[in-house]
Amino acid sequence: MSRIKVKIKEQDLTKIREICQAHNNEPGELINVLQQTQEHFGYLPAEIQEAVAQELGLPVAKVYGVVTFYSFFTMIPQGRYPISICTGTACYVRGADNVLQEFKRQLGIAVGETSEDGKFSLNCLRCVGACGLAPVVLVGDKTYGRVAPDGVKDILAEYQDKE
Amino acid sequence: MTRYKMHLLVCGGTGCRASAADSITESLKESLQEHNLQDEVQVIMTGCFGFCEKGPIVKVLPDNTFYTEVKPDDTGEIVEEHLIKGRQVDRLLYEAPEGGKVKDSKHMDFYKKQIRIALRNCGFIDPENIDEYIARDGYFALGTVLSEMTPQQVIDQVKESGLRGRGGGGFPAGLKWEFAYKNQEQPKYVVCNADEGDPGAFMDRSILEGDPHAVLEAMAICGYATGADKGLIYIRAEYPLAIKRLKIAIEQAREYGMLGEGVFGTDFNFDVQLRYGAGAFVCGEETALIHSMEGERGEPTFKPPFPAESGYLGKPTNVNNVETYANVPVIINKGAGWFKKIGTEKSTGTKVFALAGKVNNVGLIEVPMGTTLREVIFEIGGGIKDGKKFKAVQTGGPSGGCLTEEHLDTPIDFDNLLAVGSMMGSGGMIVMDEDDCMVSVAKFFLEFTVEESCGKCAPCRVGNKRLHELLERITQGKAEKKDLQRLKNMCHVIADTSLCGLGQTAPSPVLSTMENFWNEYVAHVEDQRCPAGSCKDLMRYEIIPENCVGCTACARKCPVGAITGERKQVHEIDQDICIKCGACVDACKFDAVTIK
Ligand SMILES: Cc1cc2nc3c(=O)[nH]c(=O)nc-3n(C[C@H](O)[C@H](O)[C@H](O)COP(=O)(O)O)c2cc1C
Ligand code: SF4
Ligand code: SF4
Ligand code: FES
Repeated sequence: MSRIKVKIKEQDLTKIREICQAHNNEPGELINVLQQTQEHFGYLPAEIQEAVAQELGLPVAKVYGVVTFYSFFTMIPQGRYPISICTGTACYVRGADNVLQEFKRQLGIAVGETSEDGKFSLNCLRCVGACGLAPVVLVGDKTYGRVAPDGVKDILAEYQDKE
Repeated sequence: MTRYKMHLLVCGGTGCRASAADSITESLKESLQEHNLQDEVQVIMTGCFGFCEKGPIVKVLPDNTFYTEVKPDDTGEIVEEHLIKGRQVDRLLYEAPEGGKVKDSKHMDFYKKQIRIALRNCGFIDPENIDEYIARDGYFALGTVLSEMTPQQVIDQVKESGLRGRGGGGFPAGLKWEFAYKNQEQPKYVVCNADEGDPGAFMDRSILEGDPHAVLEAMAICGYATGADKGLIYIRAEYPLAIKRLKIAIEQAREYGMLGEGVFGTDFNFDVQLRYGAGAFVCGEETALIHSMEGERGEPTFKPPFPAESGYLGKPTNVNNVETYANVPVIINKGAGWFKKIGTEKSTGTKVFALAGKVNNVGLIEVPMGTTLREVIFEIGGGIKDGKKFKAVQTGGPSGGCLTEEHLDTPIDFDNLLAVGSMMGSGGMIVMDEDDCMVSVAKFFLEFTVEESCGKCAPCRVGNKRLHELLERITQGKAEKKDLQRLKNMCHVIADTSLCGLGQTAPSPVLSTMENFWNEYVAHVEDQRCPAGSCKDLMRYEIIPENCVGCTACARKCPVGAITGERKQVHEIDQDICIKCGACVDACKFDAVTIK
């Protein structure tokens, strides 16, 4: 275990070991392991990737290669209220881009970034399966349908007073 | 189920759940309790009804009353009026475009032209209850296969039916099964491709959400036919509802002995596991999918070897799409002959489409192959939204193309769509109207492929990026005429030299829009004009002084404060601040804002 140079809390390491063991420390289970690890930690920073690599007996480069390949994995912490704009085709033709631009403008962050206070993060995803409600925006688990650029303010306002 | 006199079916598809289907179910149950009807009326949350545009939907059985756009507050009225007093709640009935309320779903144009095979149970059963699946002939086909048929007979039946892969390629399913069957190596695997990468489509996840057992049953049948005892479903981790329902279905099927050791008490073993995809379009390609299941980066490899020769962990593997599998139990139950009679000679059966975009009835539909685009868009889809003019329909997602007015009467099947420069794809169908710029649409798809290219081969990694840059320049009015020729040449090189289907088909949206909307490209290049009025760099919002009454409506709507002017004075737009969002046009009741 001494190979891990970056500091990582003992309890975090225990959690990672637990997840890896649940998959029999099988290198082929890397994606499932990463997915559960991300579910627990919220994101996959370098030190966590190293720990996973160590447990599964894989080179860190390999883990990094997989993390960066799949859009589902993220190396930066998400906001407490992660915002996802659907940019699937149906939402695109019903004006998703204007909605996205408006979110970027109001939050002052780009896609893939998290606001400074850690409250909001902004991401795009492709078709959430609610094309009838296009354009669609998700904030956490909550879905907003038929969103227009001038409705963006109201959506953000809902979370303004929340922690 | 017999003890209930009536059933209230609440659509539990992703779209309807997004708009409060859960609380509708809850408050329906509460209302029933209040009136002591809980033992007579059952509330069931089903899979997608398909009529997503007007969701959330509640359907009453046995009379088939179809309530649309139901809100949690409406549930009391449904119970008191409809269930107790026997009077339909008129205001919640679907209103036909030509006027008049439609009393039940059997009389809706939306459903009349559809034949539901793959979607047979979606919207009819509770997907979380195996008994309901069984009550509709579920697992009957698996029983028949195990007790009465040899693997070769099963394969022959599927071959005879003419069933072709619904994941896009259209490869004959029976033939594929035969390849895996003939390969003697063990163990073998049966894989279900539920990656659904097309960014405008949701049919596969809807099938899994609405009828997960259909896919499990078909995979077991395929396992028996090919000699595999393990099934794997590759599904996106982003589909929580489908995953949840699949997990429940797998548990129940194991409990009932339909999966696991000794299926149906025979010596056939078959079990299914889930594998999660993590959001990469290229993982829908079968070799990439297999690498991803092995825990690798999902990069495609050259075929041959095909998965049937060397697939998951180097073993024979049969990969089919969700919808392909969903057809199989019906083919076994009703016979290949019955199935073949539906559709066209070379494309038998039906196809599910996720119809969306600028069409009145966005939804999930299933039509016989050979139905024309016009029937789908104008009859089932109810025509174009807001009375606008039809311009194009995009099929095949990022690998497909845009078809026009002149193709509307083309019967939809695998070969016809290819012949007119598009493709079937997995079933996304996006309708566009006069406001959609075709160059921008091509750019939209290229942006997607650039993002999703795995980067393994240069033509796709570099070439598509260059294509996207060129398209960007065209939409900004910065391209020259000779760029159009360069664009075309580059498309052909990329299509010819890319390693996998993603790169090979990435230029299709460009080629098909160039072919069908050449004038639009020329207008951007020669006149720096976007005929659809959608390319922001080529337009200016201006206020016509004669029409402006100074009502301030536009200034209040403008999100960036680009509009100035006193009350009752002519307003003005500051072009340096304007972000061209168009809000002022919608806000002005006096047609005083124009786009130039
Ligand atoms: C870039 C690319 C993406 C694909 N995406 C999917 C997909 O999302 N779902 C799918 O079923 N097939 C997809 N395919 C097709 C699969 O490679 C494969 O042909 C299919 O799963 C076979 O099943 P079928 O014969 O039942 O259609 C894709 C192919 C390519 C080249
Ligand atoms: S064509 Fe594109 S996606 Fe396919 S292997 Fe090459 S780089 Fe990867
Ligand atoms: S187009 Fe949008 S940003 Fe420009 S003036 Fe109108 S409302 Fe303001
Ligand atoms: S494209 Fe946005 S929900 Fe389907």
